[in-house]
Amino acid sequence: MHIMEGFLPAGHALAWTAVSAPFVFVGVARLRKVLRDRPEMRLTLAAAGAFAFVLSALKLPSVTGSCSHPTGTGLGAMVVGPAATTVLGTIVLLFQSLLLAHGGLTTLGANVFSMAVAGPWIAFGVWKLAGRLGAPVGLAVFLGAALGDLGTYVVTSAQLALAFPDEISGYGGAFAKFAGIFALTQIPLAIAEGLLTVVVMNALVGRQIKLEVRA
Amino acid sequence: MSARLNWLLVGLAVLIAAAPMILGLPGEYGGADDRAKSAIEETGYQPWFQSVWEPPSGEIASMLFALQAALGAGVVGYVIGRLQGRRERLK
Repeated sequence: MHIMEGFLPAGHALAWTAVSAPFVFVGVARLRKVLRDRPEMRLTLAAAGAFAFVLSALKLPSVTGSCSHPTGTGLGAMVVGPAATTVLGTIVLLFQSLLLAHGGLTTLGANVFSMAVAGPWIAFGVWKLAGRLGAPVGLAVFLGAALGDLGTYVVTSAQLALAFPDEISGYGGAFAKFAGIFALTQIPLAIAEGLLTVVVMNALVGRQIKLEVRA
Repeated sequence: MSARLNWLLVGLAVLIAAAPMILGLPGEYGGADDRAKSAIEETGYQPWFQSVWEPPSGEIASMLFALQAALGAGVVGYVIGRLQGRRERLK
């Protein structure tokens, strides 16, 4: 889902930066508040950030014959809330764009929006909804993480379609093209991320750790 | 949830990642990010900004990716161990 450095027209790059910036600012405030009110959350927060670090570094083969990586941001959305997770995801993306030439500074806003805003909020929403509909905790966590991961790649496809509409088939055709590259490849990886998120959640959740979070 | 179920889930995730190779599915197995990059270049688009710094070789890039994963895994393991210890003390 990394849009490479310089691969969004300047106007789009600027617009996505403007869209993502408020989420990052609110996220930082939220993170500060969590750390102040519940210092015992420090460890959980570190684990959530670290999980996103691990998963987004793993490029896995998929059935489409190309490789992609999970995002790991669903866990954070469920244990520390989507707003704080935006900050964690932004740190990962910044690290990758500066040290790995993966993604970029001009495309950081767009990448933050897909991986650190849309993904965590989808994961959080699906997890809450599944829980309310009576799904077992494990299933709710799985669905949240898997759909948050997949959602990130659908958003990337839409961002690229907006920037590079097809001459003949327009935005729809371009979206189909980019979704064919990103979203299809991502389906098995999203399932794998969902499974791993359940495992790590199981390991993290103790009696004394409260899981109710507000966004 | 039981430890056995956890291992089953990890095994399933590994199997999903290994499936394309086990089944011998055709493909280059390049990165989806790079395929998207090529698809954009086909439209005639020229990138207007270059990466500030690029790892000088594939080896160095893979080292940095491994380092990223190792750091993350280390922290996740540390936290799980700490929390487990805390739970045992509270019992």
